[in-house]
Amino acid sequence: MRVPVSWLQDFVDIKLPIEEMARLLTVSGLEVDEIHYVGWEMPKENKYGFKINGLSWDKEKIVVAEIREVGAHPNADRLTLCDLYDGKQQHTVLTGAPNLYPFKGQGKLAKPLKVAYAKEGSTLYDGHADGLVLATLKRTKIRGIESYSMVCSEKELGISLEHEGVIILDDDAPVGMALADYIGDVVLEINILPNNARNANILGIAREVAALTGQPLKKPVYELKESGEPIKGKVSIEIRDPQLNPRFTVGLIRDVEIKESPYWAQRRLRLAGMRPISNIVDATNYTMIEIGEPLHAFDFDILQQRAGCKPIKIITRAAGQGEKLVTLDNNERTLSPTNVLVCDEKGALSMAGVMGGLESEIHDNTKAGPESSRTQSTTNILLEGAAWNFINIRRTANSHNLHSEAAYRFSRGVHPGLTVEGIRRCLYWMQAWSGGKVAPGLVDEYPLPAIDPLVEITEQDIKRSLGINIPANEVAELLERLEFKCTVRGKTILVQTPPFRTDIGEGLVGVADIMEEVSRLYGLDRIPETRMADPLPPQSGNLSLEREERVRDILVELGLQEVITYRMSSPENESRLLPKSAPGPELDYVRLANPIAPEKRVMRRSLLASVLNVIEHNARLAETLAMFEVGPVFLPQAADLPLEPRHLAIALSGRCYGQTWDTKLTQKLDFFDLKGVIEGLMAALHLAVSYEPADHPTFHPGKCAAVVLGNKTLGYFGELHPQVQANYDFNAPVIAADFDLEIMFAGMKDAFDVKPVGEFPPVLEDIAVIVDESVPAERVEALIRQTGGKLLASVKLFDVFRSEQIGVGKKSLAYALVYQSLEGTLTDKEATQIRGRIIQRLDREIGAKLRSQA
Amino acid sequence: MLEKLDEIEKKALELLAMVEDEASLEAWRIANIGRSSAVMNVFSQMGGLSKEERPLVGQKANQVKTALEKAFAERVETIKTAALAKSLANEKLDITLPGRPVRRGGLHPATIVLRRMLGILAEMGFQVYTSRDVETDEMNFQALNFPPHHPAREMQDSLYIDAGERGDNPVLLRTHTSPGQIRAMREFSAENPENPPSIRIALPGMCYRYEQITARSEVQFYQIEGLAVGENITYGDLKGTLADFARRMFGLNAKVRFRASYFPFTEPSAEMDVECFVCGGKGCPVCKNSGWLEILGSGMVHPVVLQNGGYDPRRFTGFAFGMGPQRQTMLLHRMNDIRYFWGNDVRFLNQF
Ligand SMILES: [Zn+2]
Repeated sequence: MRVPVSWLQDFVDIKLPIEEMARLLTVSGLEVDEIHYVGWEMPKENKYGFKINGLSWDKEKIVVAEIREVGAHPNADRLTLCDLYDGKQQHTVLTGAPNLYPFKGQGKLAKPLKVAYAKEGSTLYDGHADGLVLATLKRTKIRGIESYSMVCSEKELGISLEHEGVIILDDDAPVGMALADYIGDVVLEINILPNNARNANILGIAREVAALTGQPLKKPVYELKESGEPIKGKVSIEIRDPQLNPRFTVGLIRDVEIKESPYWAQRRLRLAGMRPISNIVDATNYTMIEIGEPLHAFDFDILQQRAGCKPIKIITRAAGQGEKLVTLDNNERTLSPTNVLVCDEKGALSMAGVMGGLESEIHDNTKAGPESSRTQSTTNILLEGAAWNFINIRRTANSHNLHSEAAYRFSRGVHPGLTVEGIRRCLYWMQAWSGGKVAPGLVDEYPLPAIDPLVEITEQDIKRSLGINIPANEVAELLERLEFKCTVRGKTILVQTPPFRTDIGEGLVGVADIMEEVSRLYGLDRIPETRMADPLPPQSGNLSLEREERVRDILVELGLQEVITYRMSSPENESRLLPKSAPGPELDYVRLANPIAPEKRVMRRSLLASVLNVIEHNARLAETLAMFEVGPVFLPQAADLPLEPRHLAIALSGRCYGQTWDTKLTQKLDFFDLKGVIEGLMAALHLAVSYEPADHPTFHPGKCAAVVLGNKTLGYFGELHPQVQANYDFNAPVIAADFDLEIMFAGMKDAFDVKPVGEFPPVLEDIAVIVDESVPAERVEALIRQTGGKLLASVKLFDVFRSEQIGVGKKSLAYALVYQSLEGTLTDKEATQIRGRIIQRLDREIGAKLRSQA
Repeated sequence: MLEKLDEIEKKALELLAMVEDEASLEAWRIANIGRSSAVMNVFSQMGGLSKEERPLVGQKANQVKTALEKAFAERVETIKTAALAKSLANEKLDITLPGRPVRRGGLHPATIVLRRMLGILAEMGFQVYTSRDVETDEMNFQALNFPPHHPAREMQDSLYIDAGERGDNPVLLRTHTSPGQIRAMREFSAENPENPPSIRIALPGMCYRYEQITARSEVQFYQIEGLAVGENITYGDLKGTLADFARRMFGLNAKVRFRASYFPFTEPSAEMDVECFVCGGKGCPVCKNSGWLEILGSGMVHPVVLQNGGYDPRRFTGFAFGMGPQRQTMLLHRMNDIRYFWGNDVRFLNQF
């Protein structure tokens, strides 16, 4: 909301610097986003760091002046030479303003034109530049005539972007006065939070300023002169559903002359962000910005015509399904029962609270072309002020994409108590600006009166929540600044909500709502910082998260980089995990109803797909990529919320050894590099897993393993299937893994036992055995371990060898064995016995021969 | 004979002084103190000497032998040292050549900051409570005092899940970690409904909003919330706890300020700003010249939220706060593009 400070001053005296006031508003919940100067002097230093911009008008150089005669330029038809008086002296000023053109050649004007006059050396915005560009006014010659000063447009002064003509000030503008003193201003751009909608108007902000600075609030004081026949009997109101329309009030003004509003009002509207239209429309907008009640003006004569000779009957109701209305923007709108209508007996007149209908809109007779059938020069106006259900207004504004200022306010809730004051104030402005006659009285239908809660709050409530003692009288005093009516009874305050607020609840909620107001006005900075006196709650930790973090740490220790990706994906992206020739079955996804982009339209089912995207992105950015991610995947469940099991995905690609100036090793990462990582992870987690050859569509059929713990498969890893590899733009073969961490963690134990390291010397020995190619290395090792038993401390495969000499279809496996006893030094004889048993067992079970025997 | 020995010694020492390398040294040793050297010959010729001469010559020959051996040892040392010095000089490395790379693993920067914050909160007694990403409207909004169609919902544009017609309780991606507050309160109060335990938890997690992805906005982001509920929790405690947190996070001299604000699930609500740690409050581009950085939102838990969690608001009070770890990373490292986080470009990740 844009708040011109000159307007604010109508209702509260501002005795502190603008930036200080802005700071007070900001810390109390009305955040000032920007301070925009339009004429007033800008501060020398930016003490509170607000975003400050705009233009100051030099008081000496930019003044109010009057044009006494508009003459022709001798060499240019489109320019005029104005005879202007600035309060001190006469000037001849050159202009090209089209709005002065009609006065050309009229001789001395009967009523001089008051204008904003800038002298040589003034700093202004360049009226002809795109956007706002500062320029200094210099002496120049235009078509042979010297020019050193100018009559300003709104754009040149920074009031608006309007540059069609010069500003014509109101007739009572004091010639010679500094323009900054006459119409200078500063505009605060205030961010209105949803609970603060009641303050989306000048009076509301003034009330806050008054409360924060201790100044009195000066509510509008005015007298409404009524004349002619009363409205009573001319109009009746039927509210079909008070839940949709708790109140509907109308007033009448006759013999209105439609013309421009006074310049001061137009300027305020522009600074507040509204476009001036005509005095009648402007009066409704002005009143809405001023006191917060949106209003709607109907052409009374058209309603009368529609009603024939009967009195006008206004009906409010929900729209029928498919009902149509042409709105004033000349769009035919198809409505639904969510939309609420203001109708008469012949049909719909306007979309309640959102936009008026075209037919009953105020027509500007003065601007109507000669073909207009309307002859009368004045208009009679029926003025509506109403309260609407904010949900319907919100849904209507959203579904028809009509986000007017009225809809903005109604969709956040406008108190029904404001209709009468809104109409009276608006009639006052209409009368002042149009010369119309206000009919006595209003017609007011109020079937669902608002409840303004009475809240009981105690000193103890405040102490309990805020931690400080504020005496009841002081609490009452603070609240009364915001027009709460307070009754103090000992340590209890009875707080009556004023009839313009919709944000105060009842009971405990009301207490919290009032507490908020007290804390804001008292000042949050005055509440001392304390440490919790409450005892520490029972400690339970979070084992599941600790394990997840442990997995991250281990993988980082193993030299891998963690990545974190979007949890939204697309089925196409995930289908890249399968060979194109063998697309899997269609998967059920958790689907987004309103994705931001098609490639983010489902929640991922595969974490590996996400990590492979990262490898692809970085394929040419690093020679070695070793990455992992820990995070959930999303598996839909028929009626329930989806399962979100955590997975671990790992991917390696590129060179084993980074390229250096003296290394010639160009080996690429392969299956066994990843297996090493996984073995490291399993060892650190104390999981005794086994590795089994596996068939998984993502992986190379001969280079894929399942990691098995007991009877559970924790996950798979391997080199990507060549057809999967081909789905991506990788730079080297990719080896990848995908684990279900929920299954992995379920198999983890809380603790592990340390095995003794042994103090007696070990006996070291190598053996090499030749076995059939089909015998897995793990089987050989398992047999060695089983046979060696407790005395075999370690087994390490250090060579795999194939040659014609040892035979086709055979391989030699060489193991380094360490024998060690925990009880004493092993003799060579004992070691030889164990070795003999191992060799016998290998021979018996898998036909292995010692290499030396072959 | 004695003169001859003097002569032998003198000559040998002269020759030794001329020896420069290890090969000549060995030759000298054989020639001058070896088995058939002059001095050793004197010993073998001792038989032909008189009884009186024999001890004198023997003594002298021993002296000469010892002296030559000592001189030889010294010469050996000198020559070896010189040879070493020469070879060291030839082994000089260009130490400015780059080292051989070791593959360094690393945590994602979002994990780093998340852990740091959770670590500080843990020391302050806030234990981690995690909950799901896909939520119901009831948990994400209604139980947190955002009724259907409430204007405050506009502050958090949601991503909805296709889950069939569910009326006013659609399924969505959580827009904040606050549904975890309800889940935690309900879980704890169910343990002992008459006398529920007090609560002090930190809730980290991924959150989602309907936002286009730009340098400044993300569709997915991390959030951490804190929740304290007990029988004596006050707004002063909120201020003290958050100021303590800010001092741990941003430096022991960090100054904070609280600005009244609005969140449906807390009342009173406030934003906490920290004095800009880049410029010390003087104003700079990071704080957009304001001297303050917006760090977190906070407030006293709304009575409706306590009630919805199974905690009687007449007996319990509480405070809650929420913040964006990524924003803090961006401030601390002066990053200006939030897309770097989920972009996972190695040139970004390697910097942490
Ligand atoms: Zn700064």
